[in-house]
Amino acid sequence: MRISDLITFNFRVIERQRARSLMLLIAIAIGVFAINLLTGIGEGGKQFVLGEFNLLGKNVLIIVPGKKETTGGMPPMTGETTRELTLRDAEALLRLPEISAVAPLIPGEMEISHGSLSREAFTMGTNRTFFAMRQLELAQGKVLPEIPMDQSAAVCVIGSKLRRELFGSRAVLGQWLRIGDTRFRVIGVLKDRGQSMGLDMNDAVLIPVASAQTVFNTEGLFRIFVELRSLQNLDTSRTRITELIKQRHEGEEDVTLITQDSLLSAFANVLDAMTLSVAGIAAISMLVAGVLTMNVSLIAVNQRTREIGLLKALGLPARTVRLIFLFEALMMALAGALAGLLLSQLLLFLAQRAYPTVPFGTPTWAMFGSVVIALLTALVFSAIPASQAAAMTPVDALQDKKAG
Amino acid sequence: MIELRQLCRDFLVGDQMVHALDHIDLDIAAGEYLSVMGPSGSGKSTLLNILGLLDKPSAGEYLLAGTATGSLREEQRAKLRRQHIGFVFQSYHLIPRLTARENIELPLVLAGEAPKTRRQKVDQLLERLDLSERAEHIPNQLSGGQRQRVAIGRAIITEPDLLLADEPTGNLDSRSGLEVITLLEELNAGGITLLVVTHDEDIGTRARRRLHMVDGKINRDWLSESKNDGGGS
Repeated sequence: MRISDLITFNFRVIERQRARSLMLLIAIAIGVFAINLLTGIGEGGKQFVLGEFNLLGKNVLIIVPGKKETTGGMPPMTGETTRELTLRDAEALLRLPEISAVAPLIPGEMEISHGSLSREAFTMGTNRTFFAMRQLELAQGKVLPEIPMDQSAAVCVIGSKLRRELFGSRAVLGQWLRIGDTRFRVIGVLKDRGQSMGLDMNDAVLIPVASAQTVFNTEGLFRIFVELRSLQNLDTSRTRITELIKQRHEGEEDVTLITQDSLLSAFANVLDAMTLSVAGIAAISMLVAGVLTMNVSLIAVNQRTREIGLLKALGLPARTVRLIFLFEALMMALAGALAGLLLSQLLLFLAQRAYPTVPFGTPTWAMFGSVVIALLTALVFSAIPASQAAAMTPVDALQDKKAG
Repeated sequence: MIELRQLCRDFLVGDQMVHALDHIDLDIAAGEYLSVMGPSGSGKSTLLNILGLLDKPSAGEYLLAGTATGSLREEQRAKLRRQHIGFVFQSYHLIPRLTARENIELPLVLAGEAPKTRRQKVDQLLERLDLSERAEHIPNQLSGGQRQRVAIGRAIITEPDLLLADEPTGNLDSRSGLEVITLLEELNAGGITLLVVTHDEDIGTRARRRLHMVDGKINRDWLSESKNDGGGS
């Protein structure tokens, strides 16, 4: 029997048992759809988060107040330390030979106002170095001035969204705005860019770190970013940094050093586990589809007993009979898989439109994998019914009284 | 063409052994026209199934076109069926979702013939069976006589040399029945060996050679013209 004829023949079968075939097709489609959509979202989330961390150069370390194991594991996001990181610490770090740049950070939500307009915005106290380290680019104006870290300056750089909402289309450079009780002159506007490490930089204000200390009324730094001259002696550099802080903090080692690598691997592990577990959930739906395939095939074999008898009487060998039933299941699985694949990609496309910054997309392994799994499922679960059909003796099958 | 030697077919019904065919000896020459008659349960259909390689004998030998069939594997039996045998059943056994054309074409499809040759052969046959007008109808849209003609078309499309008909007129009124049997006789006149199993005296007595079966044995085997009693087993 020719493959093309096999396909046409099975199409006629599938056409006749439309409801049953459709049910099976949908079951497989849902399985494939689930695998593709979930891994697509998971992968998108992973790429998004990793991309954000990648913006930190490889040679940037983050110093966080509070001590926790630094090798692997999540860093302490909420510092529970008695001793704060200070600007003095930052300055001392800058004097270490292996460190090329230091950027302190004090963040917080503040009320920002210009004229009668006001809103809450994310305010970050930092220095000029921060811009280069985080790869922040300007749409207009200049970055924060190069001043000693402990020196205030009433200037700020604002995000593009904040600029639109407070100033509309009017010129913004040189304008004043109020952060809390202090007035700042706008000297720069950031280029439009989405999220950065979970912060919407479009909605942020950057001011000199010393000014932020006044605005927030705090001495302690939230983070210190340090840039190493080279990655070659990473371990020695880490030790030197830790030693330095320990020395300055009365012999107590109360900071945590985060490298991009440890962050990346920590997040990658979590996110991979997430992707895998959603794939697992999807796999269960494939299993359900498989059981359904088996039932549908069993019913088909049962109802078509006389037809099988006829085909055998017409000289069709057992293996071709088996092939017909396997092929029928395969065809439906393929159609279902393609439908599921298409639908998942459509939804991911729409999600991409809604959240342009997150790179949604099913990884290739999941796409191929899901289709292959669907086909294998169909094959495995229709094997028993197909063999049953193949094993029928023609005379018994022809005399079957159940159906015509 | 066909040789049966001491052929038996036993069925276990409950815990009782039933001898559906009981040591049958039978020779059928190529081109013969036979009818098989006898009461229900006499073994007519079992004989036909064995001859058609749809069923296997419990003992004895069956030679088809010189090939001993006893030791053949299922695959080889299927191939012999495909090459030598056409079936016509009482209830037609047409595939309901396929058109008349497709039903007739089916054996060629299963044999893997090219679509072009298939089409030619089927067109010719449809013409000959006077079914050209009904070619695209499905069985439900055809009369009984037309359905049986489609079934005959399917049986002879592969040009077999043995045509086995099991009560071919059983579901038909007498006029359609006559049409069908006439068609079968025409085919026999064209050289095909024809074996008709029937209850119907009018049909059965049309055959030149007649077998009468009782209790799994052929108790009469005679040629109608010479009226001589062949005497069976």
